[in-house]
Amino acid sequence: MISETTGLPDMTTRYTRTAMTLHWLMALLILVVFPLGLYMHDLKLSPLKLELYSYHKWTGISLLLLAAFRILWRSAHTPPPLPATLPHWQQLASGAVHALLYLLLLTIPMTGWLMSSARGITTVWFGLLPLPDLIGRDKALGQLLGAVHENLNYALLLLVLVHTGAALKHRYIDKDQLLSRMLPGRK
Amino acid sequence: MNYLYKSALLSLLLTINPAQALEFNQLQPAQSTMTFGYRQMGVSMEGKFNRFAAKITFDPAKLSSAAAKIEVYLASIDTGLAEANEEVAGKKWFDVGAYPVARFTSTGIKALGGNRYQATGRLFIKGRTLDVTAPLTFQLDGHRGLFDGSFIIKRTAYAIGTGEWADLDTVADDIQIRFHLVVTASPAVNPVH
Repeated sequence: MISETTGLPDMTTRYTRTAMTLHWLMALLILVVFPLGLYMHDLKLSPLKLELYSYHKWTGISLLLLAAFRILWRSAHTPPPLPATLPHWQQLASGAVHALLYLLLLTIPMTGWLMSSARGITTVWFGLLPLPDLIGRDKALGQLLGAVHENLNYALLLLVLVHTGAALKHRYIDKDQLLSRMLPGRK
Repeated sequence: MNYLYKSALLSLLLTINPAQALEFNQLQPAQSTMTFGYRQMGVSMEGKFNRFAAKITFDPAKLSSAAAKIEVYLASIDTGLAEANEEVAGKKWFDVGAYPVARFTSTGIKALGGNRYQATGRLFIKGRTLDVTAPLTFQLDGHRGLFDGSFIIKRTAYAIGTGEWADLDTVADDIQIRFHLVVTASPAVNPVH
């Protein structure tokens, strides 16, 4: 796609449409699956609890696939550059936060999958596709993986706050075009 | 070798004489398993009962007099999750306070050829008694007889999982009961020839 104003490919100022779709779709799914995980964990055993656990797992596995595809896409497409005015330490911090976010997008669903395997409850994606159990039944390991899964999620929450906080700061305080790199349509 | 030893050896040899009919009647609980499988949200789940007892008399040569009475102590259920074990002991599921035992009483067994058999009987759970039919195999393993078989019950037929659990989309109706019973033999009391 060619920009109407500069005559240059939009890629130089914006993420690709695919990258944007992946970013916002995953953001939306995380916004659902994270509070769902918190809520269902404390429910008393009931059919509702079993249903919510399944929905949580199905969403989590979907996120894992999206994350894998996204990282492949990212490795083949150079993201638009950061504003040249951005201080060096902020460029470094941005790179670190993004790298950690990618890492968590992979490890959080993986630890969930591993936990399900250790607890002897196979994950059946959308109730249709049984995923292989990655490890055998092991109660203690299941509990450990549960704790790891939970704490990685708190780390994700923290990073998402930093990530959105920085994006909003650029938009409303610095009033620069950083966020528009990830927004469709608007110039 | 003293006389006592010799006679003991002799009687031992007589005991294990293969020509003699063996009646399998001593359940070995520690070597036996009673497991069940079911589907929950489309996921195959497994559980087991840790305590059960059986009174079995089985001689492959005398099927007409074969009989089995198997009692499963429902409080010994292990679903793999403590929370679930507690739940299924409750009134909506097994109501183990009122009905601590599930009981199978055989009404007959017939040979299906080879080592395959089919047992029929009455299964009592939670105040209800229904007919069940279980295909099984019987194999000899040294002095042990191995019974392996399975059958399916409908949990709703026994009112197992009522109230909010009655919805079969969450926990399916079919429960497969699988048994692996190790039964040792003692020589049948031979009638006088």
